[in-house]
Amino acid sequence: MSETLPLTGRARPDRSPHTLAEWRAVGGYASVERALQMTPVQLVDLVDAANLNGRGGAGFQAAKKWRFMPAVGTSPGIGTNYLIVNGDEMEPGAFKDRFLLEALPHQVVEGAIIAAYATHSRHAIILIRDDYRAGISAIRRAIAAAEAANLLGTNILGSGFNLHLRVHPSAGRYIVGEETALISALEGGRAIPRKRPPFPAQSGLWGRPTTVNNVETISLVPHIVAQGAQWFRALSRTEEGGTKLYGVSGMVNRPQLIEAPMGTTARELIDRAGGVSGTGVLRCFQPGGGATPFLEPADLDTPMDFGHMAKAHSMLGTGTLIVLDQGTCPVAVTARHMAFYARESCGWCTPCREGLPWAARILTALEDGTATPRDIDILRMTAAEAGPRGRTFCDLMGGAMGPLASLLSRFGDLVEAHLDGGCPIRRGLL
Amino acid sequence: MTLPEPLKSQILHAVAEDGGAKPAMLEALRLVQQAEGWVSDARLAQVADLLGVSTAELDSIATFYSLIFRKPVGQTVIMLCDGASCWMNGGDALRDALMDRLGIGYGQTTADGRYTLINSACVGGCDRAPALLIGPGRRLVGPLSPDGVAALLEGGL
Ligand SMILES: Cc1cc2nc3c(=O)[nH]c(=O)nc-3n(C[C@H](O)[C@H](O)[C@H](O)COP(=O)(O)O)c2cc1C
Ligand code: SF4
Ligand code: FES
Repeated sequence: MSETLPLTGRARPDRSPHTLAEWRAVGGYASVERALQMTPVQLVDLVDAANLNGRGGAGFQAAKKWRFMPAVGTSPGIGTNYLIVNGDEMEPGAFKDRFLLEALPHQVVEGAIIAAYATHSRHAIILIRDDYRAGISAIRRAIAAAEAANLLGTNILGSGFNLHLRVHPSAGRYIVGEETALISALEGGRAIPRKRPPFPAQSGLWGRPTTVNNVETISLVPHIVAQGAQWFRALSRTEEGGTKLYGVSGMVNRPQLIEAPMGTTARELIDRAGGVSGTGVLRCFQPGGGATPFLEPADLDTPMDFGHMAKAHSMLGTGTLIVLDQGTCPVAVTARHMAFYARESCGWCTPCREGLPWAARILTALEDGTATPRDIDILRMTAAEAGPRGRTFCDLMGGAMGPLASLLSRFGDLVEAHLDGGCPIRRGLL
Repeated sequence: MTLPEPLKSQILHAVAEDGGAKPAMLEALRLVQQAEGWVSDARLAQVADLLGVSTAELDSIATFYSLIFRKPVGQTVIMLCDGASCWMNGGDALRDALMDRLGIGYGQTTADGRYTLINSACVGGCDRAPALLIGPGRRLVGPLSPDGVAALLEGGL
């Protein structure tokens, strides 16, 4: 089981987390012992050979990020490097990190120890969304047990490596998940993104070299150490290593999380989720949460990895699909996403602060039948001007424009049809 | 009323753990809220005092984070998901049933002080849509039909 489903194979059906003893009985923490016998550079090479891409949304190679982290004593100033595990999960349609935190806390702690060692970090922080109370307490218990067993703390297992690991529960606001905003938050400020460069690996938390990785990325690390890079790559159907914790929700009969080889197709995932519900006919889907552009039935057989999804003009994002049947209007879905992104803007950049509420209002007006042709022009202009990377300070705005731009390009006729009395799907005209 | 003792030492512990007063500001607010349900002006000033930061700075944190409550809330806070997957699976009907039954809208508290209803971003329970979080443990409940609302409020769910 855990051979082909490393991430979730050890989870219990009722999601109850393991005690340390139980986790050790199924092989837990053997990877920590093994990793501490390697050098940090060997570990980074191993993860590089495994081709582990970050699971937080952008798909950046974990090893590449880790390699930027300077060895102890080689960066200017004093203090340690930091490893931050990002468990803020608030993307619409994403429900995977909740599971990993609640059901498999020792896997996260194990991964954090190894990743901290590889990045020369003596201090690591797991930031968790406030609403994930069960995850917060499961991780806290796991940390306490690991400390008592000298898997954390001073001179871990006699290796000479010291690590302090703690939890930081957040308190709402989606922007906290953006890695530079997250650093601002941990320093006690409002969670406002920072300019890059300098990248966190150069100057992050308290000005120290910092790596931020997603919960799922970190959870995969112990398995790479245990079973090797070749094994990890062989799990995948594509060039990108490993399995992926996909999810399927929206208009499907049995919404669920599915761990499957990286590169599994949407068709297979939707089938495993019991097929399309409602009308039973697929209209479109978002491959990885609210910020990923819509794809259509023609894309059902495209491998779902970061590279293939980008080539298909979308993104893998969080890998949690949102499925729309023929009876569900993508204008309405985009309107709901847009209201969310508008509410969550940190307010720093004008296009985001002003543009998102405007776009949200227009989408609602389209649903209600009160929009004008000029409104659609404004949507097009907003998506074209503010969508490309680099137009705003962080990627919240660009992300929000993903579904909007694809709505306009793929479903232009349907959008226009809303001018004539509101949503034609809701009125049963389509 | 001054800051009660357990709270005071919990906050000072957070200062030690988080490496200073500033990084511990949010945790201090969370601790107050955990004990009292919300963060009053008086508590805000006392915590600022204890941490050695200005009230304005602490309030800028308190008001930035949406889940720090600066107004009193009911005994039980209900956070209803307004995400797309819940909407597709009957979220609006659930919202209407809740509002009907409680007699309040989003951001409001029932007259008897028992419930506060808040709309929330995707609560990470899209496989259980439509979903909500309830109570101090933010327990995930779903899928919940409008018919299930009565049972939920009477503690049967
Ligand atoms: C607005 C916004 C919100 C984000 N929220 C999250 C989040 O909740 N969790 C997460 O892991 N990454 C989130 N990210 C991505 C992070 O900035 C960062 O890329 C990621 O944590 C890196 O982890 P990875 O390399 O393991 O993928 C968000 C990005 C943006 C722009
Ligand atoms: S794009 Fe939006 S969320 Fe990001 S920094 Fe600008 S205003 Fe803030
Ligand atoms: S959309 Fe409601 S829980 Fe995700």
